[in-house]
Amino acid sequence: MTPHVLTRSLDRSASIFILVVAGLGLLIPLSNLLLPAGSMLQVPTYLVALFGKYACYAILALSIDLIWGYCGILSLGHGAFFALGGYAMGMYLMRQIGSRGVYGNPILPDFMVFLNYPELPWYWHGFDMFWFAALMVILVPGLLAFCFGWLAFRSRVTGVYLSIITQAMTYALLLAFFRNDFGFGGNNGLTDFKDILGFNVQADGTRAALFALSCLALILAFLICRAVVTSKLGKVLIAIRDAESRTRFLGYRVESYKLFVFTLSACMAGVAGALYVPQVGIINPSEFAPGNSIEAVIWVAVGGRGTLVGAALGAVVVNYAKTYFTSGPLAPYWLFMLGALFILVTLLLPKGIVGTFSAWRESRKATEKANAESAAREDGVGEPNPAE
Amino acid sequence: MPPPSPHSCRGRIVSANFLDRLRAVLLAILLTAAFAVPALAGPFEDAIAKFANDDFSDTDEAIGAVAVSGNPLAFPIISALQEGRLSADPDTRKVFVTGSDGKIIDAATGAAVDKLPDNAAAVRLNNRLRRAVEAALGGLTLLSPDPAKRIAAAQSVFKSHEESALATIDSALAKETNKTAKAAFAEARAAILLYKSDATEIEKLEAIAVVKARGDQEAMALLTGLGSDVPPNVARAAASAIASIQSNLAMWSMVQNAWYGLSLGSVLLLAAIGLAITFGVMGVINMAHGEMVMLGAYTTFVVQEVIRTRYPGLFDYSLLIAVPLAFLVAGAIGVLIERGIIRFLYGRPLETLLATWGLSLVLQQAVRTMFGPTNREVGNPSWMSGAFELGQITITYNRLWILCFTLAVFVILLAMLRYTALGLEMRAVTQNRRMAASMGIATSRVDALTFGLGSGIAGIAGVALSQIDNVSPNLGQSYIIDSFMVVVFGGVGNLWGTLVGAFTLGIANKFLEPVAGAVLGKIAILVLIILFIQKRPRGLFALKGRAVEA
Repeated sequence: MTPHVLTRSLDRSASIFILVVAGLGLLIPLSNLLLPAGSMLQVPTYLVALFGKYACYAILALSIDLIWGYCGILSLGHGAFFALGGYAMGMYLMRQIGSRGVYGNPILPDFMVFLNYPELPWYWHGFDMFWFAALMVILVPGLLAFCFGWLAFRSRVTGVYLSIITQAMTYALLLAFFRNDFGFGGNNGLTDFKDILGFNVQADGTRAALFALSCLALILAFLICRAVVTSKLGKVLIAIRDAESRTRFLGYRVESYKLFVFTLSACMAGVAGALYVPQVGIINPSEFAPGNSIEAVIWVAVGGRGTLVGAALGAVVVNYAKTYFTSGPLAPYWLFMLGALFILVTLLLPKGIVGTFSAWRESRKATEKANAESAAREDGVGEPNPAE
Repeated sequence: MPPPSPHSCRGRIVSANFLDRLRAVLLAILLTAAFAVPALAGPFEDAIAKFANDDFSDTDEAIGAVAVSGNPLAFPIISALQEGRLSADPDTRKVFVTGSDGKIIDAATGAAVDKLPDNAAAVRLNNRLRRAVEAALGGLTLLSPDPAKRIAAAQSVFKSHEESALATIDSALAKETNKTAKAAFAEARAAILLYKSDATEIEKLEAIAVVKARGDQEAMALLTGLGSDVPPNVARAAASAIASIQSNLAMWSMVQNAWYGLSLGSVLLLAAIGLAITFGVMGVINMAHGEMVMLGAYTTFVVQEVIRTRYPGLFDYSLLIAVPLAFLVAGAIGVLIERGIIRFLYGRPLETLLATWGLSLVLQQAVRTMFGPTNREVGNPSWMSGAFELGQITITYNRLWILCFTLAVFVILLAMLRYTALGLEMRAVTQNRRMAASMGIATSRVDALTFGLGSGIAGIAGVALSQIDNVSPNLGQSYIIDSFMVVVFGGVGNLWGTLVGAFTLGIANKFLEPVAGAVLGKIAILVLIILFIQKRPRGLFALKGRAVEA
């Protein structure tokens, strides 16, 4: 039984979203595992991994929507939290390789042997235990976001200034992780994983399970975001988004609200990264590139800023388009399309797909209702139905 | 030789003068022996034969004898020895020089030989001999008619401080007229005396003074190599000289860092100044600003291509042609962007940021499609290539020109803002957009022109950057984050903020680099800026007043 706070006031689109994600999360792994290969309905393993990737991106998009769509914080560095979560998971996976690496060292990962590390750096200790790594997946991005947000929001860094310094943050991390002596594999990052919790990461069953887990995480993230934005806290967040100074003058401690939601969002991004890494099989510093974070923001913009379903949908749609176009003969034009998407969505579709759709539906409802009212008045039949 | 401190001790001066005279006499005798007696037979041939003994001490003697023989073959022989091209036949005791062009001559006579005898083997050297060879070569070129060669030879003697070169140095010093060469000889002589075991204390002290005056890394190496078996006075003088050279070197490395910092700062300023203007006036961050820089650089490339194929004589003026063109190209595109995209997004700075980012992707890809993804070559005109020495640092002309150019652009821009009607309107809109509009300023026209101006300056920046960086579609990307940092650090609405921000960041970066390494230095700067923003959320030079409360 889900706690009341998570299921409260589930409207129709939210219910549909959860049902669809849960259905996909069940059906795709089952079809992949149970149906014979080559059958019409069988989903090949590479697609399972691809869809798993989309699910992780959807979680990242949700986390961005939570702060941008509902609190007006445009972070251009959310990819950093995603990558940090990914690195925490990658470190666990590296430790699981054990002596099966190229150099056969039972403790040190290959790149450390290669770089002549005498022993494991202190920050790699504990990552041989899954629970510790899982804790770090949430804690490290959360802590960074807390410190960063505490400094930034307290001194009222807002708007484009905040966007730029978040970008500087991820850029600094990018530079740091590129360094070989930073202890995270430098340019090549962490890869060549073997096992996760004793299961082979390459195996179909593991991939299917990871996909199902990603869908579950997506649903949970959705419910958490939904709980936040529909609560009283969420109303304050929206107030901050629309009129920060006014909210402050009303007596709310704006910086605490922002800090809470920013940290929560970073933790979610970290989880998304952690699920992403075993499915793609590599994590390297390019995940910190500022361009990635900005791209994630455009997913949200395409789907519909300020609508949770939209954010997740946008991530899947844009990434599907990316996969489709970059693998075909249209590959050289993908950047044109992505660029045009940025421009056109901000100019013509500021509410995104879902936002525009629901606005259109609402306006239609309103006209219908007005029509019905005027028709009713003409008929001389009493007042409109209060239940409507 | 400069006299020692005049009031110190009369006796010393007398003895120094006496020694000088004595040395002059000895020198005269030695020189007569070395140069007046031509190598007719005897010593030169005997010396050559010693190379065939395959014995290190014989080879040493042979080197010394050949070096002072004055024989025209001495230089080719010794340099062949140095490069392993000198071979000897132990049976016939003949020695051969294989020229670097493959021609073989008999070392004793200079007669051409068809091929080496079968049992001829290269004359071997050890480290001690290698030093002797270098010194001998140095001695041989010390008397070269070309002053540059003399100086180079003196430098090599300074490094090797080979005692055998002393006589030659003295004679060369005596007749030297070239000032630089004279100084080099004096330094070489000092280096020899410093290491000469039978030099007097006073000679050594003078030598230390000369070496100290030279004051570079090599002087320091020479002094530190002195060892402990020297008189205490000398050791003390050497220690104090080392300390003074060290502080001298530290000062020069500071100067060098400052210069690098200024140079980096000028590049940052050039890249950021246009961004600061548009951000200040319109409150929008133009993420495609870096691409304007790139377009400027590609304009330079196109201009140079046209000049290369059509008017090669104009190559030196290519940049002068490219600057206005780049301004026009980037400026026109800037106005188009403003009219086509940005004006629809007023009041939504974050959306503007996203839209211009998309635009930057499109522009990058467009340039990639048109010019290819690889680096294009942009040449330096002759007046921008090369370098000159200032004290102990090297300053390249292109960096110097870019610094001057940046400052010129800055001053022109400042004057424009201060004295033209557009500048006045821009400042008014920066301070209070609505008030300015109420006063009859056509703010949308100001916006378009401001955006065009900012982009045009970015284009100019591209011309300058094409001289020091690779011209590729990614050129703009590498500067955009740094430019943001400058604007955020310096604050908007005031060009001085950008100036101070750019040079502060440039210099801080270059001073951190030797301490922390290039990447860590950069990370440190980013972290410092993030922390700085906490203290001053609107940058160093923030506009004050209610107008900026958005």
